Formats: sequence, structure tokens, C-alpha cells
Amino acid sequence: MKNASNINLAIFAKRKRTNKIGLALSMSAMVLGMFFLSWILGILLFKGFSSIDLSLFTASTPAPGSEGGGLANAIVGSLMLVGCCTLISTPIGVLAGIYLSEYGDRSRIASVTRFVTDIMLSAPSIVIGLFVYALVVTTFKHFSGWAGTVALALIAIPVVVRTTENMLRLVPGSLREAAYALGAPKWKVAFMITLRAAQSGVMTGILLSLARVSGETAPLLFTALNNQFFSTNMNAPMANLPVVIFQFAMSPYDNWVDLAWAGALLITIAVLGLNILARVVFREKVQA
Amino acid sequence: MMANMKTMFDLNQIDSQGGNVNVAINEQPIAAKNALEVRDLNFFYGSFQGLKNINLDIEEGKVTAFIGPSGCGKSTLLRTLNRMYDLYPGQRAEGTINFYGQNILEPAQDLNLLRSRIGMVFQKPTPFPMSIYENIAFGVRLYEKLSRSEMDERVEWALNKAALWNEAKDKLNQSGLSLSGGQQQRLCIARGVAVKPSVILLDEPTSALDPISTGKIEELINELKHEYTIAIVTHNMQQAARVSDYTAYMYLGSLIEYGKTDEIFIKPKRKETEDYITGRFG
Repeated sequence: MKNASNINLAIFAKRKRTNKIGLALSMSAMVLGMFFLSWILGILLFKGFSSIDLSLFTASTPAPGSEGGGLANAIVGSLMLVGCCTLISTPIGVLAGIYLSEYGDRSRIASVTRFVTDIMLSAPSIVIGLFVYALVVTTFKHFSGWAGTVALALIAIPVVVRTTENMLRLVPGSLREAAYALGAPKWKVAFMITLRAAQSGVMTGILLSLARVSGETAPLLFTALNNQFFSTNMNAPMANLPVVIFQFAMSPYDNWVDLAWAGALLITIAVLGLNILARVVFREKVQA
Repeated sequence: MMANMKTMFDLNQIDSQGGNVNVAINEQPIAAKNALEVRDLNFFYGSFQGLKNINLDIEEGKVTAFIGPSGCGKSTLLRTLNRMYDLYPGQRAEGTINFYGQNILEPAQDLNLLRSRIGMVFQKPTPFPMSIYENIAFGVRLYEKLSRSEMDERVEWALNKAALWNEAKDKLNQSGLSLSGGQQQRLCIARGVAVKPSVILLDEPTSALDPISTGKIEELINELKHEYTIAIVTHNMQQAARVSDYTAYMYLGSLIEYGKTDEIFIKPKRKETEDYITGRFG
């Protein structure tokens, strides 16, 4: 076939070659990443599932040298810590997000808040653990579930603040104007119209913050510590999955190491579940 | 263009049957009551002057249209009438706007109260993310405490006013977002009417809608003007001719010509107005 245009075939061939090289490079980077990810997940699933049985959910962590045991105390402890953390971080985070988006906007205090929140977002969690240790644990002279909750909340709040602010900013100004045009006062516009319009995005942010804190170990090491026995007393040291995994994985006892794998699997499944839930919640909004 | 002009005036005559076209020409209304009197209004976006020395009266119970090319200040003028601009720092107005004896530009003016008296409907339909019923009840609850049955009645009344009752009565609990674009815009009008304001501002209410929905909204405007004072901004000159009693032509932030719609469209006094409405410009 005769070439209808004056395409320079040499340049064309070179472009195709470059394209192939680019594709090969990006594909191999992807394969490398996926390889290690599936390796980690594969081992986790294999070792985790082989350690899961009913006693995992009924028995508490075993004493050194004893047989069997489970993670009941750590599972309940983790749920309580993360649950209380949500109760604290959600109102504070959402209200602060509303302030930044609807009230503070470009004011000095809002920019400072935003800056500090961004620092908090990337602060090493061990620093937050030490901070709460110095503030709460040394004051009350003992480790406690509350101290752990405070540490987790300090990690969750910045996540909730920034997602709430960003989601509220996505709400078109015309919707706010429409509410003002009916004579609605500012707080009603913010809480009943803007927040409502952004509610699935805000929910997503809360769920993602939950996923973030449920795997945190460092802030709990100095605060909630650990508890070998089943306890729901928030004023006492409290067992929790991340710290149990941390301690058991490095132990010489086989049953402890197995429990650490099982705990890691539980956390992974919980985080995965939260992420999927967050996606579902957000997608429903987009379709509405 | 001539054909268009002809249709435009024919439609206008159909709409204003009973309004005596011949007598009205070159005569100022004598005992008419004004809902809003704008005096020496200047408006600034920061250092840019958006409105220059505007003087006009908006008559009670009539439809006043603002026409002019994009950026001429017609929407800006509308937004000063309920002080919507106050939401944005850096925007300010000077002069007076007299609303039944009260200068609404005074800093002491309660804006929420003002906006409950002077409602506004926007270019894009903006249903709130709640049910159709709640969309209407939201505004009513701000200033009135009604029993459940009174509220039901008010919602039905407002939806009827906006010619939406028949389409919406079976799905009052569905989201306002489930309606079509034209229905959403009528819901927004119903929402504005439900709080019983005395003035309704319409900012290009049909520019996002199809011709059929546009027709319905125009019919609605003709209905509503018996009880409300209406000011409408429109890009569509035929629409201004069809729905309004008075027309203001604006250009570059100034009011070029203002008068009865029939006069403006049949024999405008200013050359610029004539150029714009005959399509030679704009």
C-alpha cells in the first residue's frame, strides 16, 4: 500500500521502540511490586489460617511455656481501644474539618491548624506514643487502655480532619448559596446541607482512619502496653493485637509465634474489610 | 432574525393579554408601589467595579427582567438585592437599596431574615441531599413552627405553586436528586415559594434546561407574579420579552435603559439597546 502521508518511517519506528521499552520498564516495576506483595500475603494467609481455630477466639494469651491459648483478650482489647478511639476522634475530627472548610477558610488560625494537622499526619507514631506516655502514663503512674485510646485518637484525628475538610470543599458553592438564599443561618447550612452532601466522603475518611489505627503498634507499646489476662478495664493495661503480635513473633515459643501469625491475619482481614467498606460507602454516594 | 423578532412579540402579546400595550407606551406608572428601590448603587469585586451608579425601581407584583451580554453585571445586581455577595470577602456594595422602607445595604441588616423575605433560585438546579418533602420543609422550619399536618399542607401548596405536585406527590420521600433537571429546578422554585417571601430573584433559571422545562418555568413565572415580585436575569431576550413587564438592559456594569418591556423591545430609546436586542451586538 502506498503511504498517503509524508510520515518519516524511521521516526515512527523509533517511537514504537521507545514505547515498547517504556512499557517493559513499567510492567517489570509492577511485577516486582506485586511479587513481594503476594509473597507477604501468601505467607500470611498460609501461616495465619493454619494457626486459626476456635480457641483463638475463646482462650486468652498463654503464659510462657504453656500449651495452646488464644487471642480473645487481645481481640476484645483491640476492639475496645479502636472503638473508643473512634468515639473520640470522629466528633473532634469532623468538627475541626467543618471549621477549616466552612468557617476558618483562609484565616491565619485555619492555615496554622492545617499546617499542624499535616505534620501530625506524617509524624512517626512512636513519637505520639512517647508523648502520651509522658502526658498520661507518667501522670497516672500506670499503663492503661485510656492512654492507648488517646494515642490512637491522636493518630486518627488528623486523618479525619483533612478528609472531612476535603470532602466538604468538594460540595459546590451553589448548594451553600441555595441554602443561604432561604435565610438559613450559617451553622444550619454547614451541618444540615454541606455536611449532609458530603456525608459518604466523611464516612469514608472515618473508616480509613480506623483502618490506619487498627494496625498501629508503636503508640500502644508505651500506653496500653499489654495484658496477659482478659480485661475490659480501660483503667488497666490492656491486651491488643498489634502489641501481642510484636511480642509473640519474637518469642522462642512455637505456639506464641503461631498466635502472632493468626493475629496478623486478623488485622489484615479487618483492615481489608474496612477499606472495602469505605469504597462501597463512597461509591454509593457517587451513584446517588 | 426578523422572524424571531416577530415570534417574540406575538408571544409577548399572548402573555400580556389584558395588559394594555398601547396605553402603556411612554407613560410612567403613577401609583405603582415599588418593592425595591435601588439608588446610586456601586458594587466592587475587590478593586474592580462591577456595577456603576445603578438607579432603578422594581415594581411590586411585576416581573422585571435584566438582560445584557455576559459580564455586564446583571447577576451581580441580582445578588446585591439579597446581599448574597456578603458570603464572599472582598465584595462590597455602596449606595442604598430600599426594601419597603428599609435600606438593606446597612451593615446592621439581618441577612438571614432578609433572605427569607427575598428568595433566590439559581442557574443550576440545587436540590438539597434529602427527600423532596424535606427539601421544602427545610426552609419553612427555619422561620415557622408548623405541626405535621400543617407542614404537609404547606409542602403540597408549594409543590402545586411550582406545578410539580402531580409529578412528585407519589415520591415525596425520594431524594430530590432523583428528579429530572427541569423537575429539580421547579423543586427549587417550590422551596423558595414555600417560605413565602415577598420577592423572588431568578438567576438564569432556565439556562440549564430543555425547551419543554423552560416553557413550564415561564408559565410558572406568569402564575407567581400575581403574588410575588419577581426579578429575573436571563441571557435569552425572547424569554425576557415573554415573561417580563419591565426590562433593564445593562452593559459593562451600567444600566443603559430601563422601562416597560414592550417599549424596550418595540422602540428602545438608546441605540445600544436596539443593537443588542436586534442581535447586531452581544
